[in-house]
Amino acid sequence: MRYLASSEMAEDRKDAAPGARTGFFAKVKRGLFMTHTEILEKLGTAVKESLGIDESVLASLEEALLSADVGADTADALTRSVRSRAGASRRQDVEALKELLLEEIEKVIASAPRPGPRADVPLFVTFLVGVNGSGKTTTTAKLAAREKAAGRAVLLAAADTFRAGAIEQLQTWADRLGVPLVRHREGADPSAVLFDALSAAKARGVATLFVDTAGRLHTKKNLMEELAKMRRIAAREVPGAPHETLLVLDATTGINGLEQARRFVEAAGATGVVLTKLDGSARGGIVLAIYRELKLPVLYVGVGESADDLVPFEPSEYAKALLGDDVAH
Amino acid sequence: MFESLGDRIQGVFKELRGEGHLTDFHIETAFREIRLSLLEADVALPVVKQFTEKIREKAVGAKVAQQLSPAQEITRIVRDELRALLGGENATLDLQGKPAVIALVGLQGSGKTTSAAKLARLLKTRGRYPLVVAADLARPAAVQQLVTLGRQIGVPVFEPGKRTDPVEVAREGLREARQTGRDTLIVDTAGRLHIDEELMAQVRAITAAVEPQEVLFVADAMTGQDAVKSAAGFAAALPLTGIVLTKTDGDARGGAALSVVATTGKPIKFVGVGEKPEDFEAFHPDRMASRILGLGDVMTLIEKVEATVDADSARKLAAKTATGEFTLEDLKEQLASMKKMGPLESLIDLLPKGGAMKALKGPQSVDERALVRTTAMIDSMTPDERRHPQILNGSRKKRVAAGSGTSVAEINRLLKQYQQMRRLMRTARKGVRGLDLSRLVLPGGRGS
Repeated sequence: MRYLASSEMAEDRKDAAPGARTGFFAKVKRGLFMTHTEILEKLGTAVKESLGIDESVLASLEEALLSADVGADTADALTRSVRSRAGASRRQDVEALKELLLEEIEKVIASAPRPGPRADVPLFVTFLVGVNGSGKTTTTAKLAAREKAAGRAVLLAAADTFRAGAIEQLQTWADRLGVPLVRHREGADPSAVLFDALSAAKARGVATLFVDTAGRLHTKKNLMEELAKMRRIAAREVPGAPHETLLVLDATTGINGLEQARRFVEAAGATGVVLTKLDGSARGGIVLAIYRELKLPVLYVGVGESADDLVPFEPSEYAKALLGDDVAH
Repeated sequence: MFESLGDRIQGVFKELRGEGHLTDFHIETAFREIRLSLLEADVALPVVKQFTEKIREKAVGAKVAQQLSPAQEITRIVRDELRALLGGENATLDLQGKPAVIALVGLQGSGKTTSAAKLARLLKTRGRYPLVVAADLARPAAVQQLVTLGRQIGVPVFEPGKRTDPVEVAREGLREARQTGRDTLIVDTAGRLHIDEELMAQVRAITAAVEPQEVLFVADAMTGQDAVKSAAGFAAALPLTGIVLTKTDGDARGGAALSVVATTGKPIKFVGVGEKPEDFEAFHPDRMASRILGLGDVMTLIEKVEATVDADSARKLAAKTATGEFTLEDLKEQLASMKKMGPLESLIDLLPKGGAMKALKGPQSVDERALVRTTAMIDSMTPDERRHPQILNGSRKKRVAAGSGTSVAEINRLLKQYQQMRRLMRTARKGVRGLDLSRLVLPGGRGS
């Protein structure tokens, strides 16, 4: 979204790649199929039997949310909203209740600032941050592929100098995509890699720099401070940088995802979330809690392992997917 | 912030305190809270239901023992049941085969490759001769990662070379192990989704080819509700024998441990506790249960302290304490041994949560750098100054501050704390058993 220079660009992309949209659905659907049928059946039965909203229906609704990792607080809040809205007109059928819940979910998502157009700067710098194994390096490559497809010159910075093989992994992607990469030796200072990458980006006049950082648990204070330091260096070399700091979040993450997001916002200035591995059976519902508590928007979702398996986040589609709406049809 | 399981249950029990017997109302209230707290700890919904049902059966029928309050009785039941679910005793590896073959499987990013290296290192320290097979040909540079780790830990890694079929790589790896007299083969496989039938068939073929005695499912401790689905998927496709729980050094409550164990019926054999190859430990159900319940993992803390503080210097220090001769040099030594124990944050995670320890929650409360700064200040002093801090006058202080990159005010603070500590030691000369360095070490955090 923000990577696309303007709204026309976004339109172009949508028209040019209808496959991405259907791909999103198809891939997400596959995983969703397994879970919510049961709950929805229960929901339907409960509604039929009572001919109206009752607590067992709400309980089923809440369970659906809980098993999507939405978290107890957010699930409770959403269920309450539905209860108070449905209470006014009883005798709702299950579809109507689901519709209400969908609206409530979209309301939560809409409460965060909508990502605006990409800042009009000569060099747009994006950091990718997150805990170990969330998919930062793969996401960096996927984002680079998008940028390249949009016709912009891209540079990658291999600032994960800690994990063995991380540089090689990004190098492999860079070769595949045909984009340049700035790298140092393993164990080098990530800030030094960043500095060199910024200098190279300016010298070569590239439009977008993606910085792949090492995975770190949000509880490691020193490592979080390293990110803060890298931000300062970026800001010193390129005014306003990093323009975007994406928290890469694994969809299988539970409640801890909220804490991760909180700390990465505080220490690393995260501006958005990329929800990865949504092609499994996990729903990544914790992003609702993140929306609700931190107003941090999801910008992209990862739905597979190849370079084009990264699509812009679409709130209404996601809300439906969360409740397994596609299964009902 | 989410309340810990312990906080919640303790809260319930506080309400129950003073009651002579468990009424239905008590039990219902307690169970609602237990259910919620388990959900907040990321235990998957089906497992929560199964677990609370089990407890309910026991609680309803339970006669509260004379010496126990109802609250204590429920605590006991919850804790026992949690322990029973997590596995009764330490689970060991089956290393009977010649070579013993261990395969690691799991979702992408769960930590298979890192765990493969950690496990190899651990087995090496136990006198085994492992060979690690890099059979993850899907993720770019996964082989490279394993080769690098192998070099770090001094364990050979079998590389696929030009081979493109992971099944063949695994088979060749086994042959290589036999030929080179390796007694243990660890097979690292590519991450895959349990719903990806093609890749699940492939991993089945790999295990069929090398016939491992151990198939370990690698699970991320931060996983949420999906833990049940993925674990069930892998358990259905493969003869799992155990679980490796990774990334337990974060602040996740680790409910996934419960979910995975309940779903697969297999024990957790190892836990990953950090980023370094040696950050890998045997799993202790007791400790995990206590940790999830918020009772703290005091055993691990004690072990860590015992492993790092060598007995000799401890005795010497005790003697110095007794005579009141504790100098800044001794303090420095103390700080060094504290540092050896690992990040303070991870140590504090081991302490019981709640009560007095509540204030310690969150990394903000621990300033690791304070420790570094204190060490730097002492390092910048002359031996004479360390032994006789009273000679530190204005100009000496300025020099020390410049040398350590700190300020005179910080030096003063250190000296003041040192004096307080000495005074404390003198007064406590007879009774002192251990030293509370926390006040001195963390001036920015706990001390001030």
